[in-house]
Amino acid sequence: MAKATFEVPELTQYTEVPSVTPGAMAHSAPFKSKEDFQTPLGFPGELVDDWQTKAIDKMGELLGKYRSLRVYMDACVKCGACTDKCHYFLGTGDPKNMPVARQDLMRKVYRRYFTLSGKLFPKLVGAEDFTQDVLDDWYSYFHQCSQCRRCSVFCPYGIDTAEISMAAREIMDSIGVGQKYCNEIIGKVYKIGNNLGLPGPALIDTLEGLEEDVYDDTGVKVRYPIDEEGAEILLVTPSADFFAEPHVDGLIGYGKVFHEAGVSWTLSTHASEAANFGMFIGSYDNMRRVAQRIREAAIKLKVKRIVFGECGHAWRVAYSFLNTLAGPWDFLDPRYPVPQHICEFTYELIRQGKLNLDKSENDDKVLTYHDSCNVARASRMGNTPGGQFEIPRAIIRATCNNFYDMDEDTIRDRTFCCGGGGGLLTDDLMELRVKGAKPRLDALNNVIQEKGVTHMAAICAICKSQFTKVLPYYGLEMDQIVSVHQLVSNAIVLTPGPDDDEDEDDDEPDLDGPNEEEETDEAA
Amino acid sequence: MAFLTNFYVFLFYFAAFVLVAGLARKIIQYARTPAPLKIPTTPAPTTGRGVVFRMMREVVLFESLFRGNKWTWIFGWMFHFGLLLVTLRHLRYFIEPVWFPIQLVQPFGIYGGIAMVVGLAGLWARRFLVDRVKYITSTSDHLILGLLVAIGCTGLLMKFVFHVDVVEIKHFFQGLYSYDIEPLPADPLLLLHLFLVAMLMIIFPYSKLLHAPGLFFSPTRNQVDNPREQRHIAPWARKLERS
Ligand code: SF4
Ligand code: SF4
Repeated sequence: MAKATFEVPELTQYTEVPSVTPGAMAHSAPFKSKEDFQTPLGFPGELVDDWQTKAIDKMGELLGKYRSLRVYMDACVKCGACTDKCHYFLGTGDPKNMPVARQDLMRKVYRRYFTLSGKLFPKLVGAEDFTQDVLDDWYSYFHQCSQCRRCSVFCPYGIDTAEISMAAREIMDSIGVGQKYCNEIIGKVYKIGNNLGLPGPALIDTLEGLEEDVYDDTGVKVRYPIDEEGAEILLVTPSADFFAEPHVDGLIGYGKVFHEAGVSWTLSTHASEAANFGMFIGSYDNMRRVAQRIREAAIKLKVKRIVFGECGHAWRVAYSFLNTLAGPWDFLDPRYPVPQHICEFTYELIRQGKLNLDKSENDDKVLTYHDSCNVARASRMGNTPGGQFEIPRAIIRATCNNFYDMDEDTIRDRTFCCGGGGGLLTDDLMELRVKGAKPRLDALNNVIQEKGVTHMAAICAICKSQFTKVLPYYGLEMDQIVSVHQLVSNAIVLTPGPDDDEDEDDDEPDLDGPNEEEETDEAA
Repeated sequence: MAFLTNFYVFLFYFAAFVLVAGLARKIIQYARTPAPLKIPTTPAPTTGRGVVFRMMREVVLFESLFRGNKWTWIFGWMFHFGLLLVTLRHLRYFIEPVWFPIQLVQPFGIYGGIAMVVGLAGLWARRFLVDRVKYITSTSDHLILGLLVAIGCTGLLMKFVFHVDVVEIKHFFQGLYSYDIEPLPADPLLLLHLFLVAMLMIIFPYSKLLHAPGLFFSPTRNQVDNPREQRHIAPWARKLERS
């Protein structure tokens, strides 16, 4: 475990609201992007001359393009309902991490340049010029928002600070102040096809390895195909699923589910990434460009359906935005929603009784489930509102005997972010990530103490990477976080194909991922 | 006396103009600005009817605020509901004959006035007592609260302590419809009350009071959750597709 250069908070039974400590996280800011990472995304390489005017112009442009921004800049009444809802405030006590105060960083500039009251009486309404200090504050605190939308649940006007963070990042990018982590990764997607920068041959190799491992483990030939033209389903999954733990166990699970369903499926080297960091930087253009790869792959591979693997923000972009960004999908099979979540797919099979699941395979675990913020508050699964909560839980219940939910105030649409979402999953923000995870881990620790929970399942690549990294800071084990489809993978009883040997091979396979954790978790 | 009356005539024409024109400008601006992406806070209704129901719960019950903070909800709801009753009660000055429901509501309007002031006091107290709310409060927040409390208190004082001639007031406002100027009673409390109300009307479109129309345009609350079924695209985004 990495040694902390900051004080790791103590877990408490219930997350207490800290008292306001101004400046507590003022030092936190991610590495800035360089010209090499800015240019491919269409952003200037460094702070442009006359940045203030250009930033104001950009703000004006966005106010005309996004109703959310326009309305949210005006509507806040400073009621304070959101002030104790952000995990970063709860974990750090820094008042600028209260959602309304984070919004105010932009609102004070908005008022100064776009409202009569701010032009006439700046002091009175808290309007301020866009100075270098304000810009520095923006860079720091708009990179302390994981765009989890928890604040928007409780705001009487639904003000979503994520919308404001995204706009702020877009404005900063447009004047040459980008964040290295996100922008470098988006560049890799354009150049190589995925966040991790894994070239096609490496993927093919990995998948062959998985096929062997699964065969050694189960004696059944389960296929993990890639770039297979004419397959029925295109699976788009976060690239972390190819290498990172516990992500890869989820990927193994998807393959087994498809095997049992008897449908042909394929991955794509061209669209070998479900993540779309274009959303984190608020850039419609980049988000659209990243999403278009999926359309291209679907056309090229002549698939009929698109299914997404376990990833939170990717599912938001897929469910809520893909039709907008890369649709219409009229060339796909109209009998299925586009896209579908792997959980929807698996759940449907379970419902039809088509999966043979042996729950006792997961008897070594007592599980709880972490609702990932983007799945919980920005998407849906199935046909009814709230399916995004019930379907993953139904899958877990079908695959294991011991399951307990965490405190009601911390699950479903009130779930706490893992602390690493929104483009913050980088080592240069480790203090923020550790402290921001506290509210979630308080609730987890509670069920560990009271219910004997041993593992927490999740369906988000970022959550999985984040917890793997931060659990040890709190004295928990990194492998206490598991993929939902890892549970499916464990429980599923595979049907042997014609060329499979009948007697099972009981040797323990070596499933260790080929890669140790990288310097930065470029998961997604 | 004529000067005072004329001043108030002008003030109310001006305030009404600013309120109506300012709000119209804002509402048109909100309505014209596209929402390029589907961003309802989920779980969200999957039908238009469901959205109307969700919105009604927000407008009438302050549902999200209820989940967010019970104290703010109690005081906030008390204030707004009180304000509604008071406004209904005051309609008697502006319509002739007075509709039956408005006659019925008259006594409740008084309770409304009290609820309004109590709610405001609670909301204001939070701005001093809760360190988080104190941090986010700016001078204008205090001023608006002060304005509303002053309006409420002057109104209640006129009801309970220093009575004014309501018939003359009614004539004054009725006269405004046809630019037929009737004298306003020169009662200091009344003049203050009316002056503050005019101020409120004037600042409405330029302040956080825009939360009232804003709520109806909030995409996280007013969008239908159906992005897979129906393609949603803004005009400016569609242009990108042609290139
Ligand atoms: S979106 Fe999430 S991280 Fe951002 S301010 Fe709101 S609660 Fe905090
Ligand atoms: S809950 Fe909404 S209105 Fe209240 S302070 Fe927060 S952002 Fe403003």
